Amino acid sequence: MTLLTLGKALNEGLRRAMEADPKVLIMGEDVGKLGGVFRITDGLQKDFGEQRVFDTPLAESGIVGTAVGLAIRGYRPVCEIQFDGFVYPAYDQIVSQVAKLHYRSGGRVRLPIVIRIPYGGGIGAVEHHSESPEAYFAHTAGLKVVTCADALDAYWMIQQAIASDDPVVFLEPKRRYWEKAEVPTGARLDDAFPLHASRVVRPGRHATIIAYGPMVRTAMEAADAAATEGRELEVIDLRSLSPLDLDPVYESVRRTGRAIVVHEAPRSGGLGGEVAAQVTQECFYSLEAPVLRVTGFDTPYPPARLEDEYLPDLDRILDAVDRTGEW
Amino acid sequence: MSDGDAPPTAGEPELVQLLTPDGERVTHPEYDVDFTDEELRGLYRDLVVIRKLDAEATALQRQGELGLWASLLGQEAAQVGSGRALRPQDMVFPTYREHGVLYCRGIDPIKPFGLFRGVEHGGLDPHENKFNMYTIVIGAQTLHATGYAMGVAMDGKVGTDDGEAVIAYFGDGASSQGDVNEAFVWSSVFNAPVVFFCQNNQFAISAPADRQTRVPLFHRAAGFGFPGVRVDGNDVLACYAVTRRALDDARHGQGPSLIEAYTYRMGAHTTSDDPTRYRIASEVQAWQGKDPILRLRRYLERLGAADEPYFASIDDDAAHQAVTLRERVLAMPDPEPLSMFDHVYAEPSPVVEAERAEFATYLATFATGGQHG
Repeated sequence: MTLLTLGKALNEGLRRAMEADPKVLIMGEDVGKLGGVFRITDGLQKDFGEQRVFDTPLAESGIVGTAVGLAIRGYRPVCEIQFDGFVYPAYDQIVSQVAKLHYRSGGRVRLPIVIRIPYGGGIGAVEHHSESPEAYFAHTAGLKVVTCADALDAYWMIQQAIASDDPVVFLEPKRRYWEKAEVPTGARLDDAFPLHASRVVRPGRHATIIAYGPMVRTAMEAADAAATEGRELEVIDLRSLSPLDLDPVYESVRRTGRAIVVHEAPRSGGLGGEVAAQVTQECFYSLEAPVLRVTGFDTPYPPARLEDEYLPDLDRILDAVDRTGEW
Repeated sequence: MSDGDAPPTAGEPELVQLLTPDGERVTHPEYDVDFTDEELRGLYRDLVVIRKLDAEATALQRQGELGLWASLLGQEAAQVGSGRALRPQDMVFPTYREHGVLYCRGIDPIKPFGLFRGVEHGGLDPHENKFNMYTIVIGAQTLHATGYAMGVAMDGKVGTDDGEAVIAYFGDGASSQGDVNEAFVWSSVFNAPVVFFCQNNQFAISAPADRQTRVPLFHRAAGFGFPGVRVDGNDVLACYAVTRRALDDARHGQGPSLIEAYTYRMGAHTTSDDPTRYRIASEVQAWQGKDPILRLRRYLERLGAADEPYFASIDDDAAHQAVTLRERVLAMPDPEPLSMFDHVYAEPSPVVEAERAEFATYLATFATGGQHG
């Protein structure tokens, strides 16, 4: 076991993936000497050379578009998009090309591309640096979308995403980059928890909190607080946003009768609505209350001095727990 | 503003030409290739066949057998000249109009018809014939070509006569796209072995080329740090010579270049378009005088390399191929409904498989088992 921050766990995971397969490349803005603005690729260019870890021109569509060509050539590019709000220039390449080439080609063209995106708020950043764009990608057939919540998952999930023959949008909860956990760095990748599976991270019986990425820790804190009042909240980390793995959620909600989905992204059209619809369909006779959502608001991400109000927190989750209990 | 202050235009100067519209062979100090009579006849045959197949496709669309067709009429020389300049190891990234290049790569000409008939998305293995999927989103393929070319360089496949080169096709309209300009930047700074082949057919649907640029398109290359050249796009010999040179430069490690093949889209943008709304007949007539097939025919006659029975035999062969193509298009089966769930992912997706099963159950409730009609 090694105690690693989430950011360092990603770095170690990338390192292992590069050691395992010489076709793995890392490309993006400032990923070379600088090691990325969050230092996730720190030291990798030094150890793997400028051909396998390279700085690109400052053009996100170019990053993803050339990754498509490199993948057709047989490489496995890992693209770093510097911040969530900068992925949109690459949106066409991701949605129209990366997501569809396998389908359009009748399975003849595989694009094992990973697009890493630090996402979410909570770091006091200026605008365009705190967004949660996961629904745009989860809505697009042909993409897989995953997000890690802690260092352990970061270490394994990045390796699994790189090993996948499908394109994966890999969302990194940037506010959690510095949080530490024990990681069994000597273990085998094949033994890791599956990439596209959700997981109960805290058992409970009074309500089910469904979260992912940066909100998992927030949900855990809410569960701690609720426990002091005698309420046991079950917390589920979705981990994979496309495909969704909701069987553990159904199993949980059938026991608790109450479900609350939590995400930073705006409410309307978000993943919470999809989870609520499916839980309602599958657990209709077990539900004691409608599925509630605790989310960001349907506004652009506000100035940083307002983000504590915008972002779901422990109190807003507990408020929803109260409301679902009173239904 | 007086004429003297006028900015440079996207007009017609500085064309590399080896064959005049009258079929006269001229030389060029930098770009020239010796063609045997056999090679010239081969090029002629390619031009005639792809024009005939293209006309058949347009007819099929008019008869309701294709949803759409993007005609290459007028651009045959640009496509055959560049397509025949490719060596077997070279990789093509086309738009959706490169039926002639596809033909030159030895791919079954039926291939695009699945796409335009709507029975599939035109799937082909890019490695089998070194030809990628058609790309409809304008300019996106230039980045794919650049990335692929970067991979060629990483693999050490440049610097020798056996080196690999990549060609990216696009049009005058695409030259305005961000992706194309990003591809220029990337290929330049990574010295990628890619040739950007722009068929300037004067129109992006209805918008004339001067809505995309106020300098000749090939001049743009200089700003990105690589050579650019404008070639008579209706001159198959010049297109061949210029492309062969650019590809060889790329394969030898000299990096990217831009070719502007100056041509004219004689037909509509696609069968859904009506060019009479935005261009005048006299302009089209003027370009008919520069026809790529007619000028090669005149040259072959001038050389004594082909005669009337030969030309007639080529026409007969093309007509025969068109009939065969038509029969095969009409015989294309509609896809099975559940096939829409195939190949969404390389690895099985529980979400897609659940929807497939759900839809199969629904279809099974019909007496016809879900088959329409």
